[in-house]
Amino acid sequence: MIIAVASGKGGTGKTTIASSLALAVSPASTTFLDCDVEAPNAHFFLEPTFSQHEEVGLLIPQVDEERCTACGRCAEVCQYHAIVVLAGKVLVFPELCHGCGSCTLNCPEDAIKEVPDVLGMLEGGRTASGIYFARGVLNIGEPMAVPIIRQLKAWQPVQDGEVVIRDVPPGTSCPVVESIRGADFVVLVTEPTPFGLHDLRLAAQLVRDLELPAGVIVNRDGIGDRQVDDYCREAGLPIMMRIPMDRRIAEALAQGHLLVEAFPEYLPRFQDLYAQIRTLVEAGTGSELQTQSTRIKMGSLQGIRQTE
Amino acid sequence: MKLAISADGPQLEAQLDARFGRCAYFIFVDTETHAWEASPNPAIDARGGAGTQAAQFIANQGAQAVISGHFGPNAFEALDAAGIKMYAAAAGRVESVVEEFSSGRLKKVTVPGASGHHGGRGRH
Ligand code: SF4
Ligand code: SF4
Repeated sequence: MIIAVASGKGGTGKTTIASSLALAVSPASTTFLDCDVEAPNAHFFLEPTFSQHEEVGLLIPQVDEERCTACGRCAEVCQYHAIVVLAGKVLVFPELCHGCGSCTLNCPEDAIKEVPDVLGMLEGGRTASGIYFARGVLNIGEPMAVPIIRQLKAWQPVQDGEVVIRDVPPGTSCPVVESIRGADFVVLVTEPTPFGLHDLRLAAQLVRDLELPAGVIVNRDGIGDRQVDDYCREAGLPIMMRIPMDRRIAEALAQGHLLVEAFPEYLPRFQDLYAQIRTLVEAGTGSELQTQSTRIKMGSLQGIRQTE
Repeated sequence: MKLAISADGPQLEAQLDARFGRCAYFIFVDTETHAWEASPNPAIDARGGAGTQAAQFIANQGAQAVISGHFGPNAFEALDAAGIKMYAAAAGRVESVVEEFSSGRLKKVTVPGASGHHGGRGRH
């Protein structure tokens, strides 16, 4: 079972909620993936000891100038415009290259060789409580987060009965889509404010586009108005948990404590959250919006998995 | 010499479009004969690499110099490699920008501008 914990923006308590959920499910059969490869921070909460390190990257083209006739075919086929042929010379722009291999396949002179280009690092290890924790760390200044997230997801095969929690980066951009894709359920963390609602709408739209079941956690409940509640009802998104606005909670989190550790009374609530997720996934639906599309959903998901 | 100008429309009366990679049109002007033609920029909707695509396009059209408002780092590197000289203009109609160029009043661009959407280089 793969659960993605997402939020439209940063600072909603997403990471502490994802970490608490990981602890509430049986830790020894739980994997936690920090997919925020541009600014990983879940290790501050879960404190794993990293024992595995692996460099990851893409295969990018390298042109043999002896063989190249400057025919321009590679530039024509590259949909990312990462390779250009100018003044009789081929120029590669590694930071634009997606490593798709089209240029190599299409070069009539066999002049292109693929060489690895390191984008970042995968790291994995166990936490004191037994959770297997893995994260990707993108090299500074590197714009390409998606390939690292994809490789992080595929790094360790998911065992039967294992629960994988993915901490999704904030926002609704490509790295978010990649982090959510392939999940069985998406937990959307929000705040009951106009900003929270705005970001929740965007995140909910994305989840709907991916045809995944989802539910909402309202954090800092009580600080705003009822608009988030109204929206969830209209959109058929179940509100699965509310965490009240509470100075003590805010302080504990600011000091890097986990919700379920600082407030043990939350442990059963997170266990209940997990039970709700299981029920919804087994019923094949999280929100009413999904009911009609469950079948299509399974099909298209498999399609995505295969192309990954 | 064949000169390319990034423009917001397909005529000499169009305004200079300051974004090299994402401009709407390129106007190609022959500085000797004053013959000109306009082409839509094929890179306008590129998901990435608009700068390199636009550079490849104007190079294929045989441009030897280009006028725009702003060249991103990738566009700069590609145009530089192609031997296409870059000139910066602030604003104005294409015809007046060409005039400024002919009278030597435009500044040659020798360093790339700030990066665009994807935020910069520095892979190695
Ligand atoms: S396709 Fe091959 S031969 Fe043609 S320009 Fe590219 S590298 Fe050179
Ligand atoms: S590998 Fe793909 S993205 Fe990279 S230069 Fe070749 S065609 Fe373009």
